[in-house]
Amino acid sequence: MFKQLPATDLETVRVIVNGQSISVTKGMTVAATVLSQQQKYTRTTAISGSKRAPFCMMGVCYDCVMVINGKANQRACATYVEEGMQIEIQQGAGSDLVGNEL
Amino acid sequence: MKDNYQLVIIGGGPAGLAAATTAANQGVCCALLDEQPTLGGQIYRAIESIPKQRTQQLGDEYTRGKPLVTAFRESDTEYYPETKVWSLNKQREIGVLYKDEARIIQADQVIVASGAMERPIPFKGWTLPGVMQAGAGQILFKSAGVVPDNGVVLAGSGPLLLLLAWQYLHAGVDVKALLDVTPLSNHLLALPKLPKALLAHHYLTKGIGYQIELKRAGIPLLFGVSDLRAEGEGYLQKVSFKHFGKQKNIESELLLTHFGVIPHAWLTQSADCKHQWDDSQQCWRPEHDEWGNTSLDGIIVAGDGAGIHGARSAEHAGRLAGLEALFALGIISQTERNKQGIQDRKWMKDERYIRPFLEAYFKIPQSLLATADNDTIVCRCEEVTAGQIRDAVKKGHDNSNQVKFFTRCGMGSCQGRQCSNAVAHIVADEKGESVEKMGHFRGRPPVAPLTLDQLACLNKELI
Amino acid sequence: MNTDVLIVGGGLMGSSIALQLAMRGFKSIVLDKQSPGRHASGVNAGGLRQINRDPAEIPLTVEAAKMWRDIESLVDSDCDARFPGQIRVAENEADMQKLQQRVDLVRSLGYQHEEIIDKKELYQLVPALAPHCVGALICREDGYARPYHALTAFRLKAESLGVKYYSATEVNSLRQEGEGWEVRTSKGMFKSDVLVNCAGAWANNISTMLDEPVPLTPTALMLMVTERLPHFVAPVMGAASRKLSFKQMQNGTLIIGGALLAKLDFATEKTEIDWRKLAESAETVSHFFPQLKDVRIVRAWAGIESYMPDNIPVISASQSFKNAYHAFGFSAHGFQLSPIIGKIMASLIIDGKTDLPIEPFHISRFN
Repeated sequence: MFKQLPATDLETVRVIVNGQSISVTKGMTVAATVLSQQQKYTRTTAISGSKRAPFCMMGVCYDCVMVINGKANQRACATYVEEGMQIEIQQGAGSDLVGNEL
Repeated sequence: MKDNYQLVIIGGGPAGLAAATTAANQGVCCALLDEQPTLGGQIYRAIESIPKQRTQQLGDEYTRGKPLVTAFRESDTEYYPETKVWSLNKQREIGVLYKDEARIIQADQVIVASGAMERPIPFKGWTLPGVMQAGAGQILFKSAGVVPDNGVVLAGSGPLLLLLAWQYLHAGVDVKALLDVTPLSNHLLALPKLPKALLAHHYLTKGIGYQIELKRAGIPLLFGVSDLRAEGEGYLQKVSFKHFGKQKNIESELLLTHFGVIPHAWLTQSADCKHQWDDSQQCWRPEHDEWGNTSLDGIIVAGDGAGIHGARSAEHAGRLAGLEALFALGIISQTERNKQGIQDRKWMKDERYIRPFLEAYFKIPQSLLATADNDTIVCRCEEVTAGQIRDAVKKGHDNSNQVKFFTRCGMGSCQGRQCSNAVAHIVADEKGESVEKMGHFRGRPPVAPLTLDQLACLNKELI
Repeated sequence: MNTDVLIVGGGLMGSSIALQLAMRGFKSIVLDKQSPGRHASGVNAGGLRQINRDPAEIPLTVEAAKMWRDIESLVDSDCDARFPGQIRVAENEADMQKLQQRVDLVRSLGYQHEEIIDKKELYQLVPALAPHCVGALICREDGYARPYHALTAFRLKAESLGVKYYSATEVNSLRQEGEGWEVRTSKGMFKSDVLVNCAGAWANNISTMLDEPVPLTPTALMLMVTERLPHFVAPVMGAASRKLSFKQMQNGTLIIGGALLAKLDFATEKTEIDWRKLAESAETVSHFFPQLKDVRIVRAWAGIESYMPDNIPVISASQSFKNAYHAFGFSAHGFQLSPIIGKIMASLIIDGKTDLPIEPFHISRFN
């Protein structure tokens, strides 16, 4: 859907998007990163399971939430890439909360 | 971050920057809190870090942000980036999330410069991946140099669409079409407001210039478009619409829409400042006087968060708000405030000549504001359809808030930002009443979600 | 406007009474100064709780529980009621003793609905709970419903049987005319044979007009709610010695309460969230469920409710006037009682008596 225009002298970091390590420009949001990685959707809804992707890019719509470094419901448009960051598509309401062993 | 400030400014766009600079330069101890990591707001986003070549593609309105930011940097304002404000009350206690910890700080004066957000218009398919707001496209461009790589359809109404098309053209993006849904009847209605608009003719000339350039480049500009739909299985595959009665389709994996902007009034609403329905701007905005004073003592609004007047006007409003805070704090006299404000008041007035014309010309038609299609999702978070909203009205739920209680429309993560206006319009339409009477969702804090852990910090000692 | 019974207050109590009256052939009009369920009835936490109630309320709550089990036959909607039980967790032996005393008290009154469960059963029921708890008090039949949905169902059913609602209708004055009532309101005059005061936090205005003022305190109770979460806890959770009260609704959101008070300006009906208190609540929740620390609160609010000094309601005939009745002051635990209150009040009004013991709730206790 999107691509990044060529620019010189930009610092990069490596992040892991759905298990795949990629190099991206420092200072980019997670949303900009996944959109320019041809990621077509970033979450499924908790209600109907339908696919969603970033919509407003300015932090107001909460449609771009993803699982970032294991934490669900992180706004991809308001989170900035960091070295080694793990970025995953969020399925529904997110991860299991019961797993608390006695 | 201190526990107390004479003045806290919320928002680092043109209004906030100008307000902070004005106040700090006259000795006020003030802090500017901004959610973004960089200054400039959405309009001048990434202005300090953007590569030079990209600023040329974005045009000269964008570079106006530079001196504002420079002046701010030279002032003594304490600047807190990546800082979310999640609450504000009439005692001017400000709930702040800073470095992942919640705290409550106190201010003698607060300037809310929360800016604008895109007017959300629910239409068939608007939740599909591949449908985004035009502002989102601009933010991607400004902040990361990210642009569509496989073509884009632009649709909606308002000057931003033309600007974005022009910017994309200069960045080598394939703009497949620009679909203008502005009703052609608006042109006639806007005509009486044209003479006054000519006083701010640089906006008009610029708009016409963009159009000529786009046409020359062979980009189809379609006016009088209706029945806009986004279609596809799981993702956007095509944009369908009617043009002069004819059904048309354009295959595209990306559609950027724009239906004007509205004040981002969530903070002032949750603080319980009085808000009024602005019929010309088709939005709720906080009531305020010419200096930005709201109905609550010591809470001042400036910029698009107070009513949509654009970035240049926001700068002036910000300076006036800064002066008002100086006056309220007893640092300058009323006479001094008035004297220092003369130029900005004049320039602000000049800036606003264009507005009534633009508002009439780009007035969003009722068919878009209150969709008649019952299957269209209105609340993106809770996936509530227009039909469910209309059904709730039929069951005796008489206003926006009752419909919210019953349907959960507006109770999701975005806290109603994407559906509040549409719900009011649909309820009003169903009842045959005015939007104003239906009310907006009661502002419920926190205006930005807080985790339990972050909230628990409030009772811990913070450094 | 003439009717048999005029009910002031369109919340759950008023609606339930109107419904029961209509089912017995009596006409009523319900007045609400704003809209039905605007305050406590619409925005409460929706608990269907028998557990840990005042002994005086036990006979009523047990009857109400039976009605909730089959609420659909009453109001044509299940009100989203669920019955996964309510639990009060013990963190140590002292807590367990406290809970055992409670069970002994309930047994001594002849009731069986509350019981103790041991650690093993507690963790079978709530595997997500932090591992330090030792047991719990449980009422297995308890649960929750969605308050505004329940209110809407009661209202729609009542309306279908001929009850008329008037919103934005505030009572200005009352006058007894013969044995009936003339009520002046912001929307004109209403006449009725019988008057019922179900005005919630505003009930003292009405009882004062009836020359029997009560020591009612309007109070704003805070709740907060999270985003939707995967299901991880079924019963409604409380604790023996901490302010904990939360439940995960069918939609996955977590409603967190705990009788925490917001700042209230009663004259303007404005409430203000007290974040420091909610911060304590957040800490308590994380104490019992550490895995929730990154869960996001999306909304907090406060509803205006009526509290009586002894924390039990007023359910009685007026002691000053004929054909006037009261049902208010439920002190933040009226939701579950609402179906039975309708039945009780309809009996009081029509038969002059009720089979349930309501003496402890008489308005004369404040003389």
